[in-house]
Amino acid sequence: MAFISRGFRGKRRDAASSSRVPPGQHVVGDFPVLSAGPTPRPDLAKWSFTINGEVDAPKTWSWDELRKLPAEDITVDIHCVTKWSKLDTSWKGVSIDTLMEGVDTAAEYVVAFSDGGYTTNMPLDEITGHKAWVAYEYDAQPLHPEHGGPARLLVPHLYLWKSAKWVRGITLKNEDEPGFWESNGYNNHGDPWREERYWGD
Amino acid sequence: MGRLTVTRLTWQIGEVTDIVQETPKVATLTIEVPAWSGHLAGQHVDVRLTTDDGYQTQRSYSIASPPEEARLALTVERLEDGEVSPYLVGELRPKDSLELRGPIGGFFVWRAGDPRPLLLIAGGSGIVPLMAMIRHRAAVEDHTPVRLLYSSRAFEDVIYREELERLAAADRTLTVAQTLTRSQPAGWTGYARRLDRAMMDEVAWPAQEGPQVFICGPTSFVEAAAGLLVDHGYDPRWIKTERFGATGG
Amino acid sequence: MSQTSDLKLDGNAIGGLLAEIFNLEMTSAESTCGGCGTVNAVGRVDVYVHAPGAVVRCPACDQVLMRIVHGPGRYWIDLSGIRCLELVES
Repeated sequence: MAFISRGFRGKRRDAASSSRVPPGQHVVGDFPVLSAGPTPRPDLAKWSFTINGEVDAPKTWSWDELRKLPAEDITVDIHCVTKWSKLDTSWKGVSIDTLMEGVDTAAEYVVAFSDGGYTTNMPLDEITGHKAWVAYEYDAQPLHPEHGGPARLLVPHLYLWKSAKWVRGITLKNEDEPGFWESNGYNNHGDPWREERYWGD
Repeated sequence: MGRLTVTRLTWQIGEVTDIVQETPKVATLTIEVPAWSGHLAGQHVDVRLTTDDGYQTQRSYSIASPPEEARLALTVERLEDGEVSPYLVGELRPKDSLELRGPIGGFFVWRAGDPRPLLLIAGGSGIVPLMAMIRHRAAVEDHTPVRLLYSSRAFEDVIYREELERLAAADRTLTVAQTLTRSQPAGWTGYARRLDRAMMDEVAWPAQEGPQVFICGPTSFVEAAAGLLVDHGYDPRWIKTERFGATGG
Repeated sequence: MSQTSDLKLDGNAIGGLLAEIFNLEMTSAESTCGGCGTVNAVGRVDVYVHAPGAVVRCPACDQVLMRIVHGPGRYWIDLSGIRCLELVES
C-alpha cells in the first residue's frame, strides 16, 4: 500500500466544532496568506470602488466616501479551498446591500475585480441579502495588504477565493463570466458545504 | 538554452543512513536511494511525507552532495513553525525511509568544464545547492576560479564552515568571503553587514571577466544581490537565481 | 510598484510539477511573454505557489504566463500567457 512516513503527524489538524467545519476542511489558528501575484499598494487618494456594467450609470466611491457609509462589525467563519477554515473572524465593512441601494439593474451576475487583475464571478443574489461586504478592517485593525487591504470583498458563505482581495469594484452582467480561478479548474459556484471545489463537483 | 530532457519523475524510497547536525538548526541527511539516476550540481529533490491517515505534503530540498557521491545528501534547515522540516530535523532517524523524487531542475545547474569564472552568492540555507557545485568542482579537480560570498546571521549558523575553510586553504582558486549580519564573534575578520554595493565591488569578479553567477536564498536576499550585481555592471543573463521561500516549512 | 515578498518564488519551485505533467525538464525552457515579449528561462520567472494553484508571471510585466491547478486526478493548465516556449534538443 502507500508508503507511510514513520512518526510524521503533519500540522495539527483540528476538526473541533465539526458542525461549523465544512467537509474536508480543518481549523487553523493563524491566518494563512495566499497570493496569486504581487501585493498591490494603491494610493488611497486615487482609490475607488465602482459598481458598473448593466446599470444606468456607474456608481463610484472614493476611499473617504466608502469609509463614511454605514458599516457593520461582523464575525464570520471563513473557508479556503486549500482546506483551512478559520472560525470567528471579525471584520468591519460596508454591506453590498448598502452599496447596491438605488442601483437599478436586471443583471443576474457579477464579476468582482481587483487591483492586479484578479476577478471572481457570482450570481448577484449571492452577494445581496446580507451575504457580502466590502471589508476594510480585520480584527479591529485596518486590513493589512497581505490579507487584501485596503479593502477586500468578503463572501463568507462561499470558498474564500470568491472574497476578492484588493477589490476595486463589481461589474453587473447579464451573463455569467468565469473569473480567474473559475476559468481554470475551480468550481463556478464554490459552496464549501457541498464541497464544490473543482469543475464537475 | 533549454535542453529537451525527457524525464519520468517517479517517487522513490530511500533509506536514511546518517544524520549529521551542521548547526543548531540545520542537519544533513544522507540517503541511500537504490537505482538513483544521478544528478547535476544545483538540482533538487521533492520530498513527500505521508501520515498514517493518508494526509500528504511535500517540499523541495536542494541536493548537497556532488554527482560523484553515491549517496544523496540533503541539508535541511529546521523552521520552528514548519510542518516538514521539524520532522526531517528532529524526528527522522537512521534506518527510516524517505519518499522522494528527482533530480529536478535544469536551469540552476553548474557543470565542471564551463570555462567562465564562477561567482556564488548564498543567503542562509541557500548555500546548499552552491555547496554541491563546490564539492563537484573539488571532486573532479576543476580549477575554474570561484568566489563564494556567503551571508549568515551568526557564526554558529554558518553551514559547512569547517569544510569551506579546508577547501579554501587547499585550493588557491577557491575564495570564500563571509558576512555575518546579526552578530560576530570576537576577532571576526569577515564582513559584518548585509550585502551592499561596496561589498559586491570587493568580492565580485570585474564585469570584464564575464562570470557565471548563481545566487540562492530567500527571495528578498536574491533580488537584492542580483540588483547589486547589475549595478556592478553584470549582464542579468549571467546571473542564475533560485529563491527559497521564507516559509519553506 | 509591487513589493518583493518572500512568497514569490521562481520557476525552479515548480520544476517537479512541470516534470510530473509534461515529463520534461522545463526550468531551462525559454518562454516569451505574450504581454511584453520578454524572454526568460522558466527557472527565472516569478512563481506564486501559496495559492489555490500555481501562478507563473512575467518578471518584467507581471502578466500571467501560466496557471496550473492540480485537482483530484487531473490538472488544469493555462499556458495562454506564453507566446512561445523554446526547448533545445539535448
